[in-house]
Amino acid sequence: MRIGVITFPGSLDDVDAARAVRLAGAEPVALWHADHDLRDVDAVVLPGGFSYGDYLRAGAIAARAPMMRDVVDRARQGMPVLGICNGFQVLCEAGLLPGALTRNSHLHFRNRDQLLRVERADTAWTSSYAEGQTIVVPVKNGEGRYVAAPAELERLEGEGRVAVRYVGGNPNGSLRDIAGVTSEDGRVVGLMPHPEHAVEDLTGPSTDGLGFFTSVLTAVVSA
Amino acid sequence: MPQVVVDVVLKPEISDPQGQAVLGALGRLGHTRVTGVRQGKHFVLDVEGTPDEAELTQIAETLLANPVIEDVELHLPTD
Repeated sequence: MRIGVITFPGSLDDVDAARAVRLAGAEPVALWHADHDLRDVDAVVLPGGFSYGDYLRAGAIAARAPMMRDVVDRARQGMPVLGICNGFQVLCEAGLLPGALTRNSHLHFRNRDQLLRVERADTAWTSSYAEGQTIVVPVKNGEGRYVAAPAELERLEGEGRVAVRYVGGNPNGSLRDIAGVTSEDGRVVGLMPHPEHAVEDLTGPSTDGLGFFTSVLTAVVSA
Repeated sequence: MPQVVVDVVLKPEISDPQGQAVLGALGRLGHTRVTGVRQGKHFVLDVEGTPDEAELTQIAETLLANPVIEDVELHLPTD
């Protein structure tokens, strides 16, 4: 299986994401933001970082990059897409996921190992977990506060679109402790914490993050 | 060259921690009659020829602002 990882100018975690893909047993494929060719990948990961410097809004300019037009088209046809941190911001800006990410309520950049609860274990990126399972992965962001209009939040909760939630403390003031959400069809998932930094004992607080990358192997096969 | 101004500010229901931080500083400086601050962004676009309102609205609403969380106001040249 081929999983593309898009590099934007300012991406920081593309190499880590590619390594996580490889450890999960898939073939990572490097994709460049300005190209218009998904190179026959079966799924795409949008990595963390500060795309285009995030000078306008986090993820805003990346969401309009040429490669993202292909990603949006293919995602609407069911291709799995995972957005991590800046990648989550890009997915919201591109309209593939609801809501938006804004400045942390305390205005500090926050990085720590974070406890999360997997609320949905039936998405393309979370099927390796059990519903309600708690995992530890690092979080590191300055604009990670998930917001949406009250009516939109009610709709998301009602439809079970919250994929992962912060437990044991909310690092950025996200509404309803939302750490990640999913698209209606469960194929697109975005989250602020970094599962790709928790895939090896040597470099992470756990290996709990690997499940995101192994999940998609079965998701693509069953598509 | 005509200048078009675009103001972007978080919607009232979205909390604005940067505005809150400014309000806190004003209180500490003794400006207690200021009771609210909202921080936003101000874009000044130099436009060639006659500004096309439809095109500028599209620019404002699809790139300069995120309509999910922000209100946007377009100011065309009046003369």
